[in-house]
Amino acid sequence: MTLLSNNKQIETQITTSAFIPEMFVINRIRKETEDTFTIELAVEDGTTSFDFKPGQFNMLYVHGCGEVPISISGSPDRPDKLVHTIRMVGDVTRAIRRLKVGDMLGVRGPYGSYWPIDKSEGKDIVIVAGGIGLAPVRPIVYHILNNREKYKRISILYGTRTPSDIIYQKELESLRGRFDVDLYVTVDRADQKWMGNVGVVTTLIKNSNFDPTNTTAFLCGPEIMMRYTAVALQQQELAPENIFVSLERNMKCGVGLCGHCQYTGKIICKDGPVFNYDLVKDLINKREI
Amino acid sequence: MKNLESYLAEHPFLKGMEKKHIELIVGCAKNVRINPGEYLFHEGDEADLFYFIREGKLAMEVFRPNKGGIVFNTLGDNDVLGWSWLVAPYFRHFDCRAMEVTRAIALDGNCLRKKCDEDHELGYDMMKRFVNLMEDELMALRLQLLDIYDTPIK
Repeated sequence: MTLLSNNKQIETQITTSAFIPEMFVINRIRKETEDTFTIELAVEDGTTSFDFKPGQFNMLYVHGCGEVPISISGSPDRPDKLVHTIRMVGDVTRAIRRLKVGDMLGVRGPYGSYWPIDKSEGKDIVIVAGGIGLAPVRPIVYHILNNREKYKRISILYGTRTPSDIIYQKELESLRGRFDVDLYVTVDRADQKWMGNVGVVTTLIKNSNFDPTNTTAFLCGPEIMMRYTAVALQQQELAPENIFVSLERNMKCGVGLCGHCQYTGKIICKDGPVFNYDLVKDLINKREI
Repeated sequence: MKNLESYLAEHPFLKGMEKKHIELIVGCAKNVRINPGEYLFHEGDEADLFYFIREGKLAMEVFRPNKGGIVFNTLGDNDVLGWSWLVAPYFRHFDCRAMEVTRAIALDGNCLRKKCDEDHELGYDMMKRFVNLMEDELMALRLQLLDIYDTPIK
């Protein structure tokens, strides 16, 4: 067998195994908002754990329906519990919502790049999330709270549409009670019962009293929000190389083979979804991409 | 304890302003306190004051008959409230309600307009600062209008 055919054989083996989902059982389903819910999964036999890095995603597979890429939103320090928060936006996510506790769900992953939280030790951390974008940064929050002494000032800025669209409400309330985390939540519009902030999330950045020479910012949410947030952070003199964004495109295979999520020379599912803003800042404003 | 002049001189909105201009502005300033639930002004009121918020939280509202107010913006510590005092015919376009006890420095728009008319350097400086504020508010409003958190796929 030639070297070429050896490589081809190896590649075939990798790709075949990469497309076989592992079956997980749904242990818990929690409604977050009208269109968003959180599921907790465990390996069927309950013996193995699921290790991942904050920012990575899984392909969730519903038999007879299809697959969707969903970020992992649980704690990286709890590998026994695989958590996903999902917004119902299509057939597969609606099918997942119809599943019940005890039902099975196929999982492939974890895939993709991750937030560089280990490299951010000793720094101020600014987390800016919009809408469902709070889910992919939640593992960072868990990790930081479990290792609080390793980080300096922590600011979490979260924006969403209305008060009823806020996810993880109880957790946010408990974060608000902490003296070692600055949490700011804002909504785009509200009635008079809402006692919090109203306005776009970029307006909260001035509240976040970070040291621009020693800060890492993690952004996740609609791309428009991340673009303007990155600009606002740079106005506060934070360098682009200290800003990280999580990008989203039409991911299908999850392993960089199909090319559906190609983003110029990068493949989002393999090279991303987490990117250093400095590497994508010239691409993120281009209409053609 | 800070006096009005030192507070204004250190405020980010007035950063870099010449001392002689700060001294002119201070002559139009006074401290105010607004209690929770109290309205600072209503739509249609004369826009005779603008505010540097020292601490607290204010809600900008539009009133809907039989349905109450819709809050479209909130302002807090160190924010500047109001630029209708600069634009004739100097009337408020929205309601403003205190959500918390709010302490602010109120500046008399009539007084400051006169000083800006007399000292064009001051007037130009103030105008540049308020144009920046207007741009920030316009940008934020545009983002709000985009409804960026809407469901991507229906």
